[in-house]
Amino acid sequence: MPAEPALRSTPLNSVHRSLKAKMVDFGGWDMPVQYSGIIDEHNAVRTAVGVFDVSHMGELEIHGPEAAKLTDYVTTNAVHKLKTGQAHYSGLLYEHGGFVDDILVHKVADDHYFLCVNASNQDKDFEHIRSLKEEHKFDAVVENNGDRYAQIAIQGPKGMATLQKLTPVDLSAIKYYWFTDGEVAGTPARIAHTGYTGEDGFEIYVAPSDAARIWHLVMDAGSEFGIKPCGLGARNTLRLEAKMALYGHEIDASISPLEADLGWIVKLDKGDFVGREALVKQKEAGLGRKLIGFEMCARGIGRDGYEVFLDGAPAGWVTSGSPSPTLNKNIGLCYLPLDESVPGKNIQIMIRNQPVDAVTVETPFYKRAK
Amino acid sequence: MYPENYRYTKEHEWVLADGGTGTVGITDHAQQELGDIVYVDLPKVGSHVEAGKSLGSVESVKAVSDIYSPVTGEVVEINQTLADAPESLNSDPHGAAWLVKIKLDSAEEIQNLMSSADYLSYIGAEK
Repeated sequence: MPAEPALRSTPLNSVHRSLKAKMVDFGGWDMPVQYSGIIDEHNAVRTAVGVFDVSHMGELEIHGPEAAKLTDYVTTNAVHKLKTGQAHYSGLLYEHGGFVDDILVHKVADDHYFLCVNASNQDKDFEHIRSLKEEHKFDAVVENNGDRYAQIAIQGPKGMATLQKLTPVDLSAIKYYWFTDGEVAGTPARIAHTGYTGEDGFEIYVAPSDAARIWHLVMDAGSEFGIKPCGLGARNTLRLEAKMALYGHEIDASISPLEADLGWIVKLDKGDFVGREALVKQKEAGLGRKLIGFEMCARGIGRDGYEVFLDGAPAGWVTSGSPSPTLNKNIGLCYLPLDESVPGKNIQIMIRNQPVDAVTVETPFYKRAK
Repeated sequence: MYPENYRYTKEHEWVLADGGTGTVGITDHAQQELGDIVYVDLPKVGSHVEAGKSLGSVESVKAVSDIYSPVTGEVVEINQTLADAPESLNSDPHGAAWLVKIKLDSAEEIQNLMSSADYLSYIGAEK
């Protein structure tokens, strides 16, 4: 029998173990799925503050005179419109219009872009961008720097108040989806006003050797608010309520951003980019399917991979489904034929060979009060 | 933590035999692994279940898992309180949150199951 490849671990692995987190193999990474419980952690983020180790996420950096041109060419959003210190969500596509990955692009300088990418995709993404750079001879350098950064997310209405205790940077001056290079706990940190929870919050990038010390300081700073360490389980329920896509579920190589209801990250008028032609054709021909939210009407949870029926015939599939701790309903996302992918459709989800009633709904399921 | 008068399965169920009836539940280890439980599906009273075959399922926020019957026999009672309070499986899996009572076809069958000491070393080894 071939030996199982060793799981990769983050600089906070021993912290999770000392907190008695339940650990799982997440795309080859040994990660905490929960500490006190998914619902408890979820509620902490919605009502106060939670802290997540997201150091498994990859970081790719693009430097050089043509860093902007290369980044614009390999992603769907308008990189040339980013200001220094600004970030945006974007797609990294194949020529055929399917996702290599979904990513955050940060403009550090005119000649330096910082990409936060999914953990299990980082090597694939790096190879993808590097080979396009070679092929089109962009004057830029692509670096696969996941090992150089630990990433900690501090999320929730008390996220800013928690992190503010640890940094001289005025966090209230950082607009949503902007970032600042400053200090946290006396050590250099990239402080981004971003997140994957649908709640206000920050994601900080620090040196791996500082991660455990900063984690403990964040926990201390948030203790007055009832801060909780949060695992991948709560991260999933939080992002689902906010209808944020998860690679491998809503999106993958067979799905385009238009189908995934992510047309807002596709800037067809920005000039040529990888996948543009396929997306233009798809738009002309009309989409075959589109992502839509649903709520269960009867007892049951429509989960990832379950079939969706419309008028008694198979019509699509569920990409993510879960109880929603905030809304106290069972919610999910599914693909349906374009014409049917509108709110208010009665559908059935096959839950262990039983059709269970559900209805399509507007998304996001949860939107925070601003 | 794991009562000595219970017997345990490798699939993390327990059974307490009392006369000809066995009370069945899931173990504390099982509820910890599952996390927050949101649904419990149980068989109908009067149905016949077989040791090692599915008895129903428990669903947590994360996933659905089958429950396997530790014993063979007829379901004579189900725990109605679990329909409205599935979370009690997280708080009292060895007590108030029992699942079903089964009239045992054979009183000897439970001898094949693990003692609490064996089960403890089994879950120790599994980790």
